[in-house]
Parts: sequence; structure tokens; C-alpha cells
Amino acid sequence: MRKTVIAAVLAAAFGAGGSALAADKSVEVVHWWTSGGEAAALKVLKDDMEKKGYAWKDSPVAGGGGDQARTVLRARVAAGNPPDAMQMLGFIIQDYAEEGLLGDLTPVASKEGWDKVVPQPIQRFSKYNGRWVAAPVNIHRTNWIWANKKIFDQLKLAPPKTFAELVAMSDKIRKAGYIPLAHGGQPWQEATIFDSAVLSAGGPAFYRKAMIELDESALGSKTMEQAFGQMQKLRGMVDPNFPNRDWNLATAMVINGKAAMQIMGDWAKGEFLKAGKKPGVDFLCFQYPATEGSFTFNTDQFAMFKVGKEQEQGQLALASAIMDKSFQEAFNLAKGSIPARIDVSDAKFDACGKKSMADLKVAMKNNSMLGSFAHGHAVRESVKGAMIDVVTKAFNSGIPPAEATRQLVAAVKAAK
Amino acid sequence: MAAGRTPSMPGARRWLQRNLPKIVLSPTVAASLVFVYGFIAWTTLLSFTRSKTIPNFDLVGFLQYVRVWEHPRWQVAIHNLFAFGTLYIGLCLAIGLLLAILLDQRIRLEGALRAVYLYPMALSFIVTGTAWKWMLNPGLGLEKLVQGWGWTGFTFDWIVNEDMAIYTVVIAGVWQASGFVMAMFLAGLRGIDDEILKAASMDGASAPRIYLRIVLPMLRPIFVSAVVILAHLAIKSYELVVALTGGGPGYATELPSTFMYVHTFTRNELGMGAASAVMMLLTVAAIMVPYLYSEMRSAHRPAH
Repeated sequence: MRKTVIAAVLAAAFGAGGSALAADKSVEVVHWWTSGGEAAALKVLKDDMEKKGYAWKDSPVAGGGGDQARTVLRARVAAGNPPDAMQMLGFIIQDYAEEGLLGDLTPVASKEGWDKVVPQPIQRFSKYNGRWVAAPVNIHRTNWIWANKKIFDQLKLAPPKTFAELVAMSDKIRKAGYIPLAHGGQPWQEATIFDSAVLSAGGPAFYRKAMIELDESALGSKTMEQAFGQMQKLRGMVDPNFPNRDWNLATAMVINGKAAMQIMGDWAKGEFLKAGKKPGVDFLCFQYPATEGSFTFNTDQFAMFKVGKEQEQGQLALASAIMDKSFQEAFNLAKGSIPARIDVSDAKFDACGKKSMADLKVAMKNNSMLGSFAHGHAVRESVKGAMIDVVTKAFNSGIPPAEATRQLVAAVKAAK
Repeated sequence: MAAGRTPSMPGARRWLQRNLPKIVLSPTVAASLVFVYGFIAWTTLLSFTRSKTIPNFDLVGFLQYVRVWEHPRWQVAIHNLFAFGTLYIGLCLAIGLLLAILLDQRIRLEGALRAVYLYPMALSFIVTGTAWKWMLNPGLGLEKLVQGWGWTGFTFDWIVNEDMAIYTVVIAGVWQASGFVMAMFLAGLRGIDDEILKAASMDGASAPRIYLRIVLPMLRPIFVSAVVILAHLAIKSYELVVALTGGGPGYATELPSTFMYVHTFTRNELGMGAASAVMMLLTVAAIMVPYLYSEMRSAHRPAH
């Protein structure tokens, strides 16, 4: 029964593709990169495609994180009218690939040798059953702390090496009249902090076991209680007005010198740069305590849908343009992330970008490059959602770490 | 209906006269059959399947319903719906009725005042939610204002307080809808025959007594309509929560509608989303069906 429905959806998809003119050399791209830097970066890709003779049909669906875009995509797939290419994150690519809806980029991937230049943990998301179904654009890192250098200089602080040091520092910052931690109380932001807390409490092997393999004994362990304990301490570092604050407003608090630090992925760097701040001069970037050498990542990719033979050529051209070294460089300079291929020179990147690129290579060697739980690169959406419920509840209501750990195990069991 | 009883009409015309309303209405009926009842049936069907990202038809019985009811978020949502619904309906009725009675005292500028009270209903829930979000934010709105006036001990931080946040949704909701309820009651008050009131006051009844014993009982149909309208607004309210609190802090202001959206569209749990949608529909039906039934019954009775 399930197969027949998929077949019907597929047939409709092919039907829709087939009705388009064969001579129509255009690619339709759905994405949610509408803010200044991102839009400018995407324009590089658009110009590149137009030079190659393809018309770029832009279908932006605004809304950070792409929830709205995914809703649009689901409606279009259900109606048998998927776009040629769609910006996607993590497991969603695998979900659509599993339904047999994605095309095959292997011809261009093997010709250009993507296998050799794209890190293995990223290929895990770009490939399905050994075939390339998506082209990765960037690598974001989530275990960062962004700090206001002026406050750090004034209080003579250095990046903390252990969590206890961070706690001691925050007391000092509080006494000096600043907010130690800028935070936006939205579930995904709390989950972003949790990425780092788990990694810090248990190290990369524990993170993999608990957050990626969902091993029950790891999820319910004392180490997990320590991670929730860190969350509780971090809750004490934020200001009372944090609920429902957007992440960029929290970043602005660090930029304006109201708060000392923010725990956030490297898209926060874009906000600093936009405000005319310089890394190392106005702001500092360092790893969450005790996570140095590990790299929790998420990666934006463009997945290509199976929409018919006439569009295939355009899709392959787009994929090849995305993987182009100069595009990867230009785009990621604007976005704050680093290229999804490791053979791009770091010469033009700033200090934070250079550190990220160097750390990535170390993490790949040490097997400590790990998918971010908060950003859909550790477990599937349904399990992730259930776990985030527990994390955000624990953070906001202050339930004891042991109880939170028990709830986490129960939530994973129910959602699996 | 009485049409078609005149035997002198020619056959074709008589047929047309009898069937024209049906022909005119049929597109609407067909559209609502497909787009309302068809989709209700489709959603109900999905709620009995294992659907995740994309609909499939592995029937699993009531599994999705069990999963929804075991979900801690759904329990928060039901608890919130109960708290929000009761307070929202109760306060809207009380404030609406009070405003209507006051406006009914033949005061000056009644038209202008009526418009002022009714105006919030013209705003979208998103606007209401956003405006109240700013006003209720402790670092930005009321609390800061009053503290700035010198009362530094004043705190009003419900919107960032897990236990109180749902009541801020009540505040914004009541602000928006009570003017509308007022308009309904005002229309009802204007429909009451002056002669009855005059007779009562001639018999020596005091004003509160007249309102309690005569006016309020006569407004009963308005009460019923207002409750039905407010109840379904409460059950389907979504935008207000999204704009005001984003469901937070944590998921403290979750409502069934936000639960449904999150599970259907962002968590790839189509089956669970459908099951929660069906339960929302049943809740609305539990209110609407008795109402419609009583309406239909009273339509058969002679008026008054």
C-alpha cells in the first residue's frame, strides 16, 4: 500500500516535470536565505548559473531555521510538484531520500571527486545508499562561545578551560554589572547549549553514544546528569527577560556590551561583522569549556529532487556550481561558516574561520567531528523534537538533573 | 418550503422554481463537501496510520492517540486549554456585558465609544500578540514603566514566568474579544422592548433587580451564541500564542493547536498531528453539536 502511494506521488512528480518545456533551461531553488549577507552570498551562485546559461528561478521562503520552507516543500511534494533544488538540513535529506524522491548526483560527484574533499560525517547526510543526493554548501560549528573583548579585558578574564572556571568567571562578570550569558529562550537555542554541555560533560565518545546512537545506558547515565547540571548553572547566568528572545537579539547584547558571552553557532559571527566588529579586536571566539578539539557541526545542503530528464542537466550544473571552490569560499566568507570541502584555502578567512578550519581537520583525524543534536544532525526530527522538549523544560523549570535525565530516557523511548 | 404549491404554473417553470436554489447552492455544497468534510475524513484516516514525513497507510489503530495522550506536551496543552478557555470565555462575557450595559444608558458619543471598544477585533491576532509581547516584557513594557515612575518594587513578569505565562495569553485574548462580545450584548439589549422595562419599574422593581430578573434572562440566546463563538475561538487559537510567547517559556504556553502544528510540520509526525487535530475537532463538535441541535429545535417552535 505504502509503495503504491509513493509510486503515485512519483508519477505525479514526473508528470509535472514532463509537462514543462524540454527547452526550458531553468532551475528552481527553494531556500530561506533572505537576510543581507546570506542573500548576497547566494547571488554569487545565481550569477554563476546564469553565466552558464541557466535561468535561476528564485523561490525564497523567509523564516530562519527553515520551518516555513519545509512546510511549503511538504505541500509541494504532496501535490506532485517538487522544486528542482531545495535547501535542506541533516536528516531531512535522508527522510526524503528514503521516500525515493531525490535525484542522483553521483555522475558529477565522481567526475569532480567529491568523495575525497567532503568530510566523511557530512557525506553521511549528502549520500543515500551510496549515491550522492545533495550538495553541501557549508559547515557550521555549534560549540562556540562569542565574547565581548572589552568586558573580558576590563575584568582581566581569559577563555575558561573548565566548566568550573566558567562559573567562577560569571560571578565576577555579574558583580561588575554585566549579564554573564546572553541567551534567547527558544527551545532550539537551549538545545544548542545542550550540544556543548553534553560534549563538555562526557567528551566526544560519550556524545556519540548518547546523542547519535541513543544508547539507553549513556542517556540515563551520571554523565548526562552532569550535562543537565551544567544547563542549570547556565540558567543562572542569564538575565530575567530571556524567554522568547531571538538569537540575534541575544548576540546584539554581547555586541553592545550589555552581556559578556553567548553560546551559539558561528552564524552569530555574521551579526558581529555586520555591526562592524572585528574578531580578536572587538570580540573573541573560543570553544565551550572542555570541548576544545571536538567539532559539533551542522551543514546546509541543496538536495535535488527527481523531476524529470529535462531538468537533470540543470540540476547537475547547479550541483557542480555549488561545489565550486571559489563559490564555497565566497559564500562562507559572507555566512560565517566554513567551506564544506577541505581543500579550500583559509587565507581569506578571519581568525575564527581559520580556527574552525584547522579544528575541523583535527576533529576529522580524532573522530570527534560530531553532528549537532540541536540542528538535526544527530538524530531524526521526531526523536530530536522529543528530546528538545525535555531539554527546554529542564532549562526553564529547573527540575533536578536526575529527574531530567530520567525524562530524557523516557522521551527517547516514546519517540523512537 | 411553501414554493411550488401553486398548481397553475407551467411544468418547466415550476421545476426551475423548485430547483433553482439547489442549483445555485450546489457548487458551495460540493466545495465544502470536499474541502471541509473530505479533508476531515482524510485527516481522520491519517490519524489511524503510521504516517511520518509523508502520508502512508499502515493502519495502526489507536496507537497515535495513545502516543498523543502519553506526551507530556499534550498534557500541558490540555491543561492550558482548560485554564485559558474558562478564563477567556468568563472574562469576555463579564466585561462585554458590563460594557454593553454601561453603553446602553443613552450616553453621549456612544457611537465613538462603541467603535473604540470594537476596534481590537479588527486587528489580527499576530498584531495583538506582538503588541502585548512588548507591553508585558519586563525589561521593555509595563514593569519598566512603573519602575521608572519610582515604584521600584513593582514586578509584573508573568510572560517570562512558566506558571503564569498562560494568563498573559488570557489578557491579550480578552482585550481583543470583549469588545465584540459587548457589541453582541448591546444588540440584544436594544432588542428588549422598553414597555416591559417601564412596566417593571412602575411595579417598583429596582434597576439591579430589573437587570437580574428580566434583562439577563431575555439575553439568554445571546449568551449561548457568545459562548459558542468564544469557545471555538479558544480551541483554535494559535496565532496569539505564537506571536505572544512562541509557546514558551519552554513549552509552558502550548495549546492543542500549536502541538498539532509542531508535530505535523516540523517533527515529521504526521500521524500524531492528525490524531491531535481529530481530538480538537471532537472538542469543538462537543460544543457545536448540542448548540446546533437546540437551534434547530427552537426554529421549529413558534417565535416567542
